[in-house]
Amino acid sequence: MEWLVVVLNFIGQQILNVPAYLIGIITAIGLMAMRRNSGQVIGGALKAALGFLILGAGAGVVVGSLDPLGVLILAVTGAQGVIPTNEVITALAQEEFGAQSAYVLTLGFIVMLLLARFTPLKYVFLTGHHMVFMATMLTVVLSVGFGDGLSWLVVLIGAVLLGVIMVVMPAFAHPWTKKITGNDTIAIGHFGTLGYIAAGASGQVVGRRSKSTEDIQFPQGLKFLRDSMVATSLSMVLIYLVFAIWGLIALPLDEALAIFGVADAGAFIMEGFGLALQFGVGVAVILYGVRTVLGELVPAFQGIAEKVVPGAKPALDIPIVFPFGANAVLIGFLSSFAGGLISLGILALWLNPMFGLALILPGMVPHFFTGGGAGVYGNATGGRKGAVIGGFVNGVIITILPAILLLVLGELGFSNSTFGDADFGWFGTLIGVSLLGGTTLSVIMTILIAVALVTAAIFFQRKFVDTGWVPGSNRQDWLDGLKAEEKARVDAEKARKAGERKSASVAQKAE
Amino acid sequence: MKIVAVCGMGIGTSVLLKMNAEKVLAALGIDADVEAADIGVARGAAQTADIVLTSDELAPEIGDVPAEVIIIENFFDLDEITEKLTPAVQ
Repeated sequence: MEWLVVVLNFIGQQILNVPAYLIGIITAIGLMAMRRNSGQVIGGALKAALGFLILGAGAGVVVGSLDPLGVLILAVTGAQGVIPTNEVITALAQEEFGAQSAYVLTLGFIVMLLLARFTPLKYVFLTGHHMVFMATMLTVVLSVGFGDGLSWLVVLIGAVLLGVIMVVMPAFAHPWTKKITGNDTIAIGHFGTLGYIAAGASGQVVGRRSKSTEDIQFPQGLKFLRDSMVATSLSMVLIYLVFAIWGLIALPLDEALAIFGVADAGAFIMEGFGLALQFGVGVAVILYGVRTVLGELVPAFQGIAEKVVPGAKPALDIPIVFPFGANAVLIGFLSSFAGGLISLGILALWLNPMFGLALILPGMVPHFFTGGGAGVYGNATGGRKGAVIGGFVNGVIITILPAILLLVLGELGFSNSTFGDADFGWFGTLIGVSLLGGTTLSVIMTILIAVALVTAAIFFQRKFVDTGWVPGSNRQDWLDGLKAEEKARVDAEKARKAGERKSASVAQKAE
Repeated sequence: MKIVAVCGMGIGTSVLLKMNAEKVLAALGIDADVEAADIGVARGAAQTADIVLTSDELAPEIGDVPAEVIIIENFFDLDEITEKLTPAVQ
């Protein structure tokens, strides 16, 4: 029987423990379940595996750009500077946690299908990259919490938590999502949801009598930021240059130049510029990898979901709501960015000296996508004021929460990047804190969190979603009233003009 | 035939659009290669593609390309995709 052990060991260690092959195999199984032909199965599996390897190549480039910046920021501020970028931290984590997070992803998907099948939470989360990010984050937090040697427990608990969060968040956001889209066909499946709900709720409070953002004529000049390559490179150039110039002023010249290993101040600035562009290159490579994996994996997942849970609502990526408030997206992005900068100030002046929290620098991509989404949710309940406040609240959330999350990420917390969006922050921290006790207590705590979330979401679904509760209905009545008044005024005007014409023609006749 | 599905990052909505376009093409019995792309590389990808599928807000940024740009309002409406894609692929 020795040969069997050798074979099993080989499969376990050399194939199933290599994330790229594992993802390829999972994709192949998915494609086979959808009855694709053998060419498509082999091609799809190979592409998914290659995509995963591309991810690793991009991670190397990003590290080459981030490390010198980390040293520079530490030298000038004395604090750790972190730029939250989900793609980057996920790529960085794959080397150590790749295989486990692939199992968490697959089993978590099955848990989600079971929950969607057997509870009222009929949502199928289809935002592939967020599934991957959440699976990775949970694997990291659980591995740090449980310690070495319990990887099977990490996979089991991780899968349960992933499945739960993927059905509860779309449910909690759904009343606002329905308000935005005006129908009940799609849900939001994006882990910035806490920010969107906060935006919807705070928008409702401040914008009782505020008109929609979509009546504004907005300059189109900021639209180029939708291009993620431009947005990431530009923000990185700004961050790098700020700290490079600060370094030249604050540090002795020799010491500053030694950080980048260059000869003079001009070369120092341009080295910073070049490194910043390298970050853009790395993120572009990582995105290409993610796209290649998801282009194969998501259709396979969706094909399976349609069979297991027919009629469930697809929970989709946040840009799906952008067409419902193009101006709100821009307003939300700008106020989210402002919120991020102000919170950075709070971190630098108060939270870092007091509690040693890292400085979270604003990343353009998370602020654009989640800030834009928050703008749309804020606008739906609170118009222009709602979009501004909603974006701002989101910006504060996605700056403070990642700083706290770093504390539970273990060694990965020192890598100058982290998970950016709101739900990674609160969920990761909550799970991290629940793991502080012994192993048994930790398991009980995490399962309790899962049960509590599902129970709360089912209650919310029954009480608010199924009954058709619409947030901000007072304001809607007011808007409808305005519209009716406007219409009445226009009608009266028309009638008056018609009357004038009539009397004019009568007068003419009389002459 | 090559078709490019475009969204802001090229990893979320465009993958869904790609998936739904593939469904429509399969139903129409047309053999085509659908690829997801972000807005940054879309212009390049559109040089060699026959058709670009994207949203109303992103279409102006793709600009003038040799491929035919088709605007899809609802990425999850298979009827709309079928209706707009059929004349272009036949």
